[in-house]
Amino acid sequence: MLQIAGLLLMMLGLYGLLTNRNVIKIILALNILEIGLNIFIISIGFVRGGEAPIFSSETTSNALVYVDPLPQALVLTAIVIGVGTTALGLAFAKQIYAKYHTFELDEMGEE
Amino acid sequence: MKKVLALVFVLVLGALIMNHLNDNNLFAGFGDAMLENRVSQSYIDRDATENNDGVVFDESLDLESGAANTVTAIVADYRSFDTLGEVTVLFISSFGVALLLGQSKKRIALEFKPNFMLKIGSRALFAVILMTGVFVSIHGHLTPGGGFPGGAMIASSMLLLYLADDEFRAKMRGFKILESVMGVFYIILGLAGLMITGFFLENFLDNGALGTLFSAGMIPIVYIIIGLKVGSEISSVIDHFLSEEGA
Amino acid sequence: MLINVLEIIVSILLLLLAFLALSSKSLIKSVMFLSSLSMLSVVAFVLMKAPDVALTEAVIGSGLVTSLFVFTLLATRKVGQKQ
Repeated sequence: MLQIAGLLLMMLGLYGLLTNRNVIKIILALNILEIGLNIFIISIGFVRGGEAPIFSSETTSNALVYVDPLPQALVLTAIVIGVGTTALGLAFAKQIYAKYHTFELDEMGEE
Repeated sequence: MKKVLALVFVLVLGALIMNHLNDNNLFAGFGDAMLENRVSQSYIDRDATENNDGVVFDESLDLESGAANTVTAIVADYRSFDTLGEVTVLFISSFGVALLLGQSKKRIALEFKPNFMLKIGSRALFAVILMTGVFVSIHGHLTPGGGFPGGAMIASSMLLLYLADDEFRAKMRGFKILESVMGVFYIILGLAGLMITGFFLENFLDNGALGTLFSAGMIPIVYIIIGLKVGSEISSVIDHFLSEEGA
Repeated sequence: MLINVLEIIVSILLLLLAFLALSSKSLIKSVMFLSSLSMLSVVAFVLMKAPDVALTEAVIGSGLVTSLFVFTLLATRKVGQKQ
């Protein structure tokens, strides 16, 4: 169920990315796409009844059933890169506002 | 018209992905992933390069990767070179923000005047959040977390000081020096691995017993480096976002 | 069984919040919906047994990214008042 939700979230974000004409909304849609994709990638490695992939005093041996740790490591990377791209995009948005005094792409161009 | 085209494109894409998920041997359905067919099982068993006879918490000595948290073992040991690239991406993005917003010097004034109690209280809370960030960074090989959320917590403690005090301005020069020094340390650690074991960023320290604080070789060192580097990068991004045009 | 019901509720709420974030007219409301979407995705990550990702998303996704969006909107509002 969460796999399909992640996929739909990704589609929703892509649709928002294609149709919106506001810079902030575009970056926001990119964030929604990213969250959906992260949920989808994690769901690929999910095992029902599996343990979180951490050895502890409760889960002591490698013979137990664990959730796939590799997608989690990849998503950990993706989230941190996501905040970098969002920060850079918002810096561009700030500069665009300083120049054109609007976020709407359709209202730019004169000045 | 454009909206209809976008909708059709998105729906076709989604239908394609769902169709291929349904009849695919590599991707099992939600919740039925088979780890035996994937490389991930050998990350859990710690036998990616050589066989070993099982992992036992608190007893296994000198495993291939000594972190109790398997995700950390992948991020900071098996795929450490990948993480070096990721930290570089974050550095370039903070560099880009500094380039775009760096010319403005004055910080944005707050709408309200923070009173004395708010300033002192936020100082006390700052210490608590900072210590949580450092704790999460240091215990990355034992508990969930690690350098990335730890660094982000350090940055959010700086954010708290910025929000609670309208005249506060961190010494950005110090952060920049810290960030560069940590980046250089990461590369030096990798080169030391290259000299001693023959592979870049290979672990060359003693792994210790699985699950103790002083274990996992260089993973805690790598995560402290990453925590400080990410923390200073995001702090400088926040500082640039809170400054405005003008004198 | 309880987990299944929880998964369905979280999925529906995720889609609802994403739709609200994209369709809301006010930018600051959109940003707040994005923040709560991040917070809810933390629950999804915990349900899928990924505590590392959940912790990272809780700090970065719903804390720092939201503050960056809000700072961008805050700075532009100041510029607008000067005119």
